[in-house]
Amino acid sequence: MLLSTLFFSAVFLAAFSGVPGLVLQRVGGWTASVLLAGAALCGLVLAGAVLYGGMTWQADLPWRLPNAHLLFKGDALGSFILAPVVLVSALLSVYGKDYWSEAEHGYAARQLRFFFGICVGAMVLLTAAANALVFLFAWEGMAMMGFFMITISDQDASVREGGWVYFVATHLGTLCLFAGFSLLASATGTFDLGPLPAGFAATAPGTAAFLLLLAGFGLKAGIGPLHVWLPGAHASAPSHVSALLSGLMLKMGILGLLRLLAWTPDPPLWWAGLLTGLGATSGILALAFALAQKDLKRMLAYSSIENVSIIFLGLGLAMAGKARGIEALVMLGGAGALFHLLNHTLFKPLLFMGAGSVMHGTGTRDMERLGGLAKAMPRTSLLFLVGSAAICGLPPLNGFAGEWLIYLGSFRALGPGGWLWAVVPLVALAIIGALAVACFTRAYGVIFLGEPRTDLGPVHEAPDSMLRPMAVVAGLCAAIGLAPVALQPALDRAASDLGTTAHLSGLASLGYLSLVAAIGLLAAAAVWDRVRRAPSTVAGTWDCGYAAPTARIQYTGASFAQMLTESFYWVLRPLERRPRIQGLFPRSAVFRIRTPDVFLDRAVKPSVDFAAWAMSWLRILQAGHLPIYILYVVVTLVALFVWTLS
Amino acid sequence: MIRPVLTFLAQVSLTLALAPLLPGIINKVKALFAGRVGPPVLQLYFDLAKLMRKDSVYSRSSTGLFLAGPVASVAVGLTAALMVPMGGAGAPLHFTGDAIVFAYLFGVARFFIVLAALDTGSAFEGMGASREVTFAVLAEPALFLGLAALSMHCGATSLGPMLAAASKGWNTASAGPLVLVLAAWTIVFLVENCRIPFDDPNTHLELTMIHEVMVLDHSGPGLGLVFYGASLKLWVLGALVVKLCLPMSGRWWLDWPAFVAGMAVLAMGVGVVESVMARLKLRRVSQALIAAVVSGTFGFLLFLLQA
Amino acid sequence: MSINLLLAAIMLINFMLVASSRVSKCIQLAAFQGGILGLVLVLMHERWTVLVLLMAMSTAAIKGILIPYMLNRAQDRMKAQREPEPYVGYTTSLVLAAVGTGLAFLLARHLPLQAGNLGTLFVPASIMALFTGFLLLITRKRALLQVVGYLVLENGVYLFSLLLVKEMPLLVETGVLLDLVVGIAVMGIVINHIQTAFDSQDTHRLAHLKD
Repeated sequence: MLLSTLFFSAVFLAAFSGVPGLVLQRVGGWTASVLLAGAALCGLVLAGAVLYGGMTWQADLPWRLPNAHLLFKGDALGSFILAPVVLVSALLSVYGKDYWSEAEHGYAARQLRFFFGICVGAMVLLTAAANALVFLFAWEGMAMMGFFMITISDQDASVREGGWVYFVATHLGTLCLFAGFSLLASATGTFDLGPLPAGFAATAPGTAAFLLLLAGFGLKAGIGPLHVWLPGAHASAPSHVSALLSGLMLKMGILGLLRLLAWTPDPPLWWAGLLTGLGATSGILALAFALAQKDLKRMLAYSSIENVSIIFLGLGLAMAGKARGIEALVMLGGAGALFHLLNHTLFKPLLFMGAGSVMHGTGTRDMERLGGLAKAMPRTSLLFLVGSAAICGLPPLNGFAGEWLIYLGSFRALGPGGWLWAVVPLVALAIIGALAVACFTRAYGVIFLGEPRTDLGPVHEAPDSMLRPMAVVAGLCAAIGLAPVALQPALDRAASDLGTTAHLSGLASLGYLSLVAAIGLLAAAAVWDRVRRAPSTVAGTWDCGYAAPTARIQYTGASFAQMLTESFYWVLRPLERRPRIQGLFPRSAVFRIRTPDVFLDRAVKPSVDFAAWAMSWLRILQAGHLPIYILYVVVTLVALFVWTLS
Repeated sequence: MIRPVLTFLAQVSLTLALAPLLPGIINKVKALFAGRVGPPVLQLYFDLAKLMRKDSVYSRSSTGLFLAGPVASVAVGLTAALMVPMGGAGAPLHFTGDAIVFAYLFGVARFFIVLAALDTGSAFEGMGASREVTFAVLAEPALFLGLAALSMHCGATSLGPMLAAASKGWNTASAGPLVLVLAAWTIVFLVENCRIPFDDPNTHLELTMIHEVMVLDHSGPGLGLVFYGASLKLWVLGALVVKLCLPMSGRWWLDWPAFVAGMAVLAMGVGVVESVMARLKLRRVSQALIAAVVSGTFGFLLFLLQA
Repeated sequence: MSINLLLAAIMLINFMLVASSRVSKCIQLAAFQGGILGLVLVLMHERWTVLVLLMAMSTAAIKGILIPYMLNRAQDRMKAQREPEPYVGYTTSLVLAAVGTGLAFLLARHLPLQAGNLGTLFVPASIMALFTGFLLLITRKRALLQVVGYLVLENGVYLFSLLLVKEMPLLVETGVLLDLVVGIAVMGIVINHIQTAFDSQDTHRLAHLKD
């Protein structure tokens, strides 16, 4: 009873957080943050009780509509996702107060807070929705609020286009979800979401339901090739909204797939194969695209696709474990997927907040114009470094622990009686890890290190209200990385909801990671201390004796990634404009290279154009006269009458 | 109780003391091949001592992150040294999944060295950084495929049991796939340590360097740490290769000297390879790495077929 | 029995609507129809609670007084013009309305109704009102007459819903009413804009807006 009260308080506090700001001027910023902080408190207490105390809760509210009853079930899986949702959104709200301030943007800022609050409330509802119609209602609310937030600066044509692609993609996904849930309801006999009957997964409707739900949730999660809306949407939205989209909204798609895994007692093995294949290809290709971007936020968007792919790899392993009956694999894969999900909800918003800070300080997010920001923005630079190291999966930060569990799962599955295709996630993760290091050393190095590549004017550090949420998140990343064993009971409970009785403590000793981290940090501290005390002087960069360096001779982002983007040329298809160099002493020339999303530009847009052309013959019916359209309605009505009565 | 402590002490002291010997052996072998006397085998010790006494010069463009590169490489080397078995059957720090931590530790070192290189705002160092991260994309899967193959062979995910089982498998039917894994890991060893045929540690042509060019601006103790970290990496990754091949007798007074001798033989082998081969063209480096991945894949598949 | 008389009156009003050409007369007839509807609601319930009376009075007030008042105000603001010739002539409209009534009776025979409602004219009246509403919407060119057609359409829907008066909570009926008010208000605004922009109420001209 208390738990459901906490849950609904969290929902309402979050949903109404933007409302005072709509009517009252100038206090909207901190009231929204306070209300969201209240929601976060309720959510975290609730999650703690469920994950560490082992409690569950249920609420069945009366609602006299056929097939829908307001059923909410709080289990460990939902609470595991609830915790970061409420916490990160509260921090983002504090960040957004000064990043997209009312002083600068006026009424739009108050609208944005309103949509933000409702979106967060809808996401909280989703974590516990146990009836298909409630789920879809919350899903649609979240998606629509996302649309309004993305297009908040709709004076820009690119923002409108990004918003439009997002709109179409999310509704396509919702359509697939409607169909999928209807198929599930036909199997269970009710629209309440719960375990499916055994043997359903192998039938034709079961396969159709899986594919539809995979499409629907995959479109929201942003797995390739369903990712076409992500880069545009993330680049168009304000940074803290991009952080919300990337860090939290994508996870709702993953939540759906996790629930599907939990409901299916006997998934066929090819489901796992499909998930793994999607994860592997999407992860590698997403990083290839990320390496080719010069817009910082687009790069972070592609990186989100890569992280979702890693979660898919863990999910695939868990599904294979369930198909083969290997309990340990379900636990390792599921816990790995959940851990990586949690990590991503932390370090991706950190990176987006850093990107926002960079934009705030310099006015641009074009990497090739930046450089040397570590001197002008030391604190942003440090926090962005923590985020980059975390997202590359480097010990001792949190990114590593999640990937470690997935690796352990793949190794575990390689034994006899296991799933030999587990070598695919293993190799894919290795490649993804190395590519991520390339991607983020490029990003961090080009933006924060070296010298500025163009004249940026006066660069200022972000205000404290923007830096504090970043510091909190970075601190959490470090804390989880140094002591992942603290999350072990929570992971255990949440992953066992997926349908396994194995326990994480017997399979993976997370405590050793802390030991390794401690040893490494101790060694580093000792060495650093010794070398720091040596006397030193400062001079220009020696660079093997190059006499006249300028800022322009530095490696740009495109040149850093060139060897890798060249090997991925066949999928990236960059558009180049090479200068024609003539004569012995050519004048200055410009080389331009641009990599639009190949799926969007070469697959989706042409097919949409073709469909529009093919349907143009339907224009005959468009007479322009309103009465004729009403006549169509009457004719249809009469036809329906005749059909039903015959 | 006493045994793990002794193993720990032995491993730490051997690593700290003997790691700088390896580059000395390699250089001596190369000199002998070239008909020169060459620098003494203990040269690196003298260099380190000299460098530790010198002042540092830091670039104006660099930030506090600059020293993180050498510090990370030494710290990683020391931590990894505790995780790979040397003389004994198990490493001092062993647990399920330590092989994965081992591999990713080198990723940490790479991350910070690359950032330190970009910190100077120099074109050459950026070039080296770019190449370093590119080749890592192929070297990591080769390493992991080898680990997967060995894991399939023995059913554990810890380096100690994996290497012990592998080293016993040379005179069984597993010798075939083990050769392939060894080939893959040798290539990874040479790439990660920037040896010929992938990188020339003696070249001073920036256009041909990978690792050397990334550390151009380090000086004084920082440079000393760079050299020491490189020798630690040689030692630790070399231990991996040696333990793959060297079967253990179970008697410590045989195993530890055998290990040290094996490391010396490995260093001499590297010296021979460096003397008889030239550096590959840059395009060929990627191809060689792909060959390592293929070799690892086939090793894995062969183990799969045997199981 | 008296309900049948009222329903027959409604059907008669529909015929007169189809036949008349003057806007003010149409609005008056629609107002009258609305009042009758309120009366029908009162007669439907056996027990007259406060809620029922309130509902009936508000239905009659909105459909009989408020909306016709809004329409009259809109009419006064626009310049008096003769209605342009409708697409279908008045005589033909009457014939169509008669045919529609026949079909409505035919349909009523086939619908599964509760025992108490079989002898009443509810279904034919409502379907006929629907048909008349559509007829007005389709054939009249003048915007205000199209609004009256919409009003009649809604009346037909309302009549049909009265059949379910035991099952449907009053909340839903209030919702339908609200829907009507908002719809009419919106139409009023739009017609005003059309008048301002095109200086005419002839909706035929709107075809120029076709893409």
